[in-house]
Amino acid sequence: MQKLDGNAIAGVLHEIFGEEMTAVMATCESCGFTAPVANTVVYPRLPGEVVRCSNCAALLMVITRIRGVNCVDLRGIAALKSPVDT
Amino acid sequence: MEGTAVQRRLTWQVANVTAATTETPAVRTIELAVPEWPGHRAGQHLDVRLTAEDGYVAERSYSIASAPGEPVSITVERLEDGEVSPYLTEELRVGDELELRGPVGGYFVWEEADGGPLLLVAGGSGIVPLRAIIRQHQHSGSDAPVRLLYSARTLPDVIYRAELDSYADDIAISYTLTRARPPGWTGYARRVDAELLAEVAWPAGQQPLAFVCGPTSFVETVAGGLVGLGYRPERVKTERFGGTGGA
Repeated sequence: MQKLDGNAIAGVLHEIFGEEMTAVMATCESCGFTAPVANTVVYPRLPGEVVRCSNCAALLMVITRIRGVNCVDLRGIAALKSPVDT
Repeated sequence: MEGTAVQRRLTWQVANVTAATTETPAVRTIELAVPEWPGHRAGQHLDVRLTAEDGYVAERSYSIASAPGEPVSITVERLEDGEVSPYLTEELRVGDELELRGPVGGYFVWEEADGGPLLLVAGGSGIVPLRAIIRQHQHSGSDAPVRLLYSARTLPDVIYRAELDSYADDIAISYTLTRARPPGWTGYARRVDAELLAEVAWPAGQQPLAFVCGPTSFVETVAGGLVGLGYRPERVKTERFGGTGGA
């Protein structure tokens, strides 16, 4: 299983959120760790993208594409914050 | 976010292949004419989409190898079990069309205002976004001092070698070859470890800015080593890719 990081899903995140997301700070719901989306652990194409916390490995986000529609599950993310707001 | 004030819809478009250059036996640089390219920053990516006759689609993200203002190019390493890279490195010809979108990414980027001292650490084809950063550093006339540490399996696996060596007056370049060395090799001859980093990297007291790109295990080792040397974690930018890397 390939193990990448959040940089690898910059394109699909931009498509979903409508803006650049890899520099955005994500807070893990499980452990509270906050880091740029670029630093998350990404298991690509499982067939969806599975995104985990780089600190505690909890599930942050799952992206699957079904018949051309992106289905996004953000259950593990407590907060997303633009770096200029912090 | 810096440099991305204008929100832009990310759409797929068709580019034309204008040049293809063999860098090493497994690595090729593809230059593209992209009709609606909004410009990019050094270190950003683009996504490539291939569609098979039966409708099967494969998408991959590649680092942009060229500096801002230059024609868009990507440098691709062929992965033996890859779905996309064998096509890009072996089948694609000048004049062919390629579907892409970009630029994407805003974390692993460097602009002149970000300053330095810059420490660039590459494993295998992880040199690609760092080459864009080096070119941008050259073009911008930045006075930030630069050190590059590049780990590859063998000397023939070193991508952009002639170009990198042409920067030798401006940039301190250290190579380490992990698998085989030519006779008389004076560079490093082992995998990057904490001791090697301590010899090559800027002292942490100079508040360096590090960019580390390579296979996942390489990046973890280097980033951990730099933080161990006292680098601030937020000043160590990392990007992991799935290539074999050879570092």
